[in-house]
Amino acid sequence: MATQQKEINLGDNSARYQSEVPGETMSLNMGPSHPATHGVLRLKLELDGDFITKCDPVIGYLHRGDEKIAENMTYNQFVPYTDRLDYLAPLHNNVTYAIAVEKLAGLEMPPRCEAIRVICCELARISSHLLGIGVYGMDAGAFTIFLYTFTEREKLYTLFEELTGARLTTSYTRIGGLMRDIPEGWLGRVNNFINQLGPILEEVDGLLTRNTIWMKRTEGVCPISKEDALAYGLTGPNLRASGVDADLRRDKPYSGYENYDFEIPIGTSGDCYDRYLVRMEEIRQSMSIVRQAIEKMPDGPWYAEEAKKIFPPRKDKILTKMEELIQNFMIVTEGPQIPPGEVYFEAENPKGVLGFFIVSKGGGVPYRMKIRGPSFCSLSILPKVMPGLMITDVPIVLGSLDFVMGECDR
Amino acid sequence: MSTENLEVGYNSRIEGDVIVSKADAVINWVRKNSVWPMPMGLACCAIELMATGAARFDMSRFGMEVMRFSPRQADCMIVAGTVTYKAAEVVRRVYEQMASPKWVVAMGACASTGGMYRSYAVMQGVDRIVPVDVYISGCPPRPEALLDGMMRLQEKISQERSLTQLTKKR
Amino acid sequence: MTLSFETLAKQFDSLTQRPSSDYDAFNVDADQLVALCEHLRDKEGFSLLVDVAGIDWNDQSPRFSVAYHLYSVIKQCYVRLVCACVGDESPEVPSIVSVWPAANWHERETYDMFGIHFKGHPDLRRILMWDDYKYHPLRKEFPLAGIEDELPAADVRERVDANVIAAPMMGGPFYAQAADHMSQREPSAADQSWAESNPKRD
Repeated sequence: MATQQKEINLGDNSARYQSEVPGETMSLNMGPSHPATHGVLRLKLELDGDFITKCDPVIGYLHRGDEKIAENMTYNQFVPYTDRLDYLAPLHNNVTYAIAVEKLAGLEMPPRCEAIRVICCELARISSHLLGIGVYGMDAGAFTIFLYTFTEREKLYTLFEELTGARLTTSYTRIGGLMRDIPEGWLGRVNNFINQLGPILEEVDGLLTRNTIWMKRTEGVCPISKEDALAYGLTGPNLRASGVDADLRRDKPYSGYENYDFEIPIGTSGDCYDRYLVRMEEIRQSMSIVRQAIEKMPDGPWYAEEAKKIFPPRKDKILTKMEELIQNFMIVTEGPQIPPGEVYFEAENPKGVLGFFIVSKGGGVPYRMKIRGPSFCSLSILPKVMPGLMITDVPIVLGSLDFVMGECDR
Repeated sequence: MSTENLEVGYNSRIEGDVIVSKADAVINWVRKNSVWPMPMGLACCAIELMATGAARFDMSRFGMEVMRFSPRQADCMIVAGTVTYKAAEVVRRVYEQMASPKWVVAMGACASTGGMYRSYAVMQGVDRIVPVDVYISGCPPRPEALLDGMMRLQEKISQERSLTQLTKKR
Repeated sequence: MTLSFETLAKQFDSLTQRPSSDYDAFNVDADQLVALCEHLRDKEGFSLLVDVAGIDWNDQSPRFSVAYHLYSVIKQCYVRLVCACVGDESPEVPSIVSVWPAANWHERETYDMFGIHFKGHPDLRRILMWDDYKYHPLRKEFPLAGIEDELPAADVRERVDANVIAAPMMGGPFYAQAADHMSQREPSAADQSWAESNPKRD
């Protein structure tokens, strides 16, 4: 073996494709029905031995025509569709969409409404990251993590159900306010949940963070440089793991985020391990934000009272007063009356920034609505970063990017 | 836990080690208690499907915890989520790869009828391309609803004429 | 922190200000788009291309526009560029993949949905719909319900005997169009292309 030309040391993560021998490549199809692709992503891989030389993601298997549907219905009718964009954090999607339309309508929300929205956003972030880490762990063979995090998610679902009436498809935030006020005692139960989540998070942390197997599989795998991350439009935890200090909650505060103290975890090398660490820390920060929001929950209305043509009147008034009845009828049939204009709003969703670009020509129906899904951009970097990795790294990379096909394909 | 089985009348004092039963009853009993599902997770419903498999709802109580991602090893395809026309081909191919006997559960409104997605890209019900045994309503169905659907599938399996199907020339 | 329109307009003469409800917005001609994008990225620090959105103005000319949203991580501000497409029949704009690789998939999506050709795009093919699909769904003349067509993959199509149908819209979504008289404001579906003569195959 004097003329050994392949220098591969499998114990070292920095081993990369170094073969000089022109060998035959093999094409491998992965997905759309594959456990590692978290949905219906399909990867067309070209392999040289164990190494990937080319990666072509095929998406669109969950393209449901959300943007076309939005053009055919009123702003209010579209709220349930936003649940199903990023179906791991529906509460946050509702908030982002509602703020986008409110921005177009020029509405200001009362402080109580904003605080409730912040709690919703952060709980959604916790639930999304819990699933992200659980499934990420499962992909690497740590099945226990999945069971741990899913048990916590079930507790969260119980809270969501009490708040909104549904486990997954919440439609809680409405344009101009909320579906209803928070139920009595709910904040206390959220607080209890947050308090008991801490120790469990420590346990997950103890099982994974310094675990040699976990570190071997994730550390140094698929580092994404700052420049690449920006050039490919990565956002959210994936961008921050690459060392870019950007978080819209701090940079462009919406819904009263400027009133809360929180830190933004930043990664250094942008590898799979960093992406995991950033998500873990974000859960802790979210817990702190929820605590702060509960502590200083203001009183007052939970809907914009001046929004006569946008937010329906209260139920008891609809049933007893003629004018309110007509007003409610108009809002239901014609939709909220939004002035013409163009608006782009994006918020820091758990997966990255979710943006809504709305072109309105007036009336209750958007003329054009573009949805900017963060997962769409996260996946577009795959052809760039995949070549050179080993086939066993693929589930790890996909798990670390934490994408969801619902908002990728829309 | 004792398994009550009305189809098998067995009294060890009379019959010794011999059980007399209908072949159908035995085959179906075996089949229905080890349904290996193939999770065709397409969209939101897949999250509830995962929740059903996780600790709180625990599908394994009904002999279905062995989620097989390879269609060759599965008996029952759970179509969880919106089937688009682009994905229809995949669903059909996966179904064809499954070994019979095989069953299909359409989980949720989208898989059953297209649900709230009445649009150009969405197939209006997966039953247009694969035969469906059980439809589960809900958007998405709760894990309890999925469990109920799977138990109904078990009922359905227990009433099949398996022996005739086995001996029938295909 | 915002952009100065005057300084930019000196360098790019086709630049005009665009009415907007939120951020700075500019109209730019197709031939200056790439240069402007490069300038904004290198000199003004707009390092992140967040969104590319096509718009179909239906009966206007130019019919199609493409809206780009840029974000500066350092200055923490957005800018919207709107570029009208050249040609109404086969609209065309230059591709900005060379400036931001992120534009690659966004432009493919816009091509898929609107049929806008991005000149200079390295790999312009459909991304969301399947390759043989004949239409561009987000154009205004395309009905929400879709148009009858054949399923992708010929072998599967033969075996299942199903095809792409126009989705039944009997159940909505309905809303009332603004009209002069109250009695004409009957809530109805915006898209009436559905037909009850398409029964579901059993």
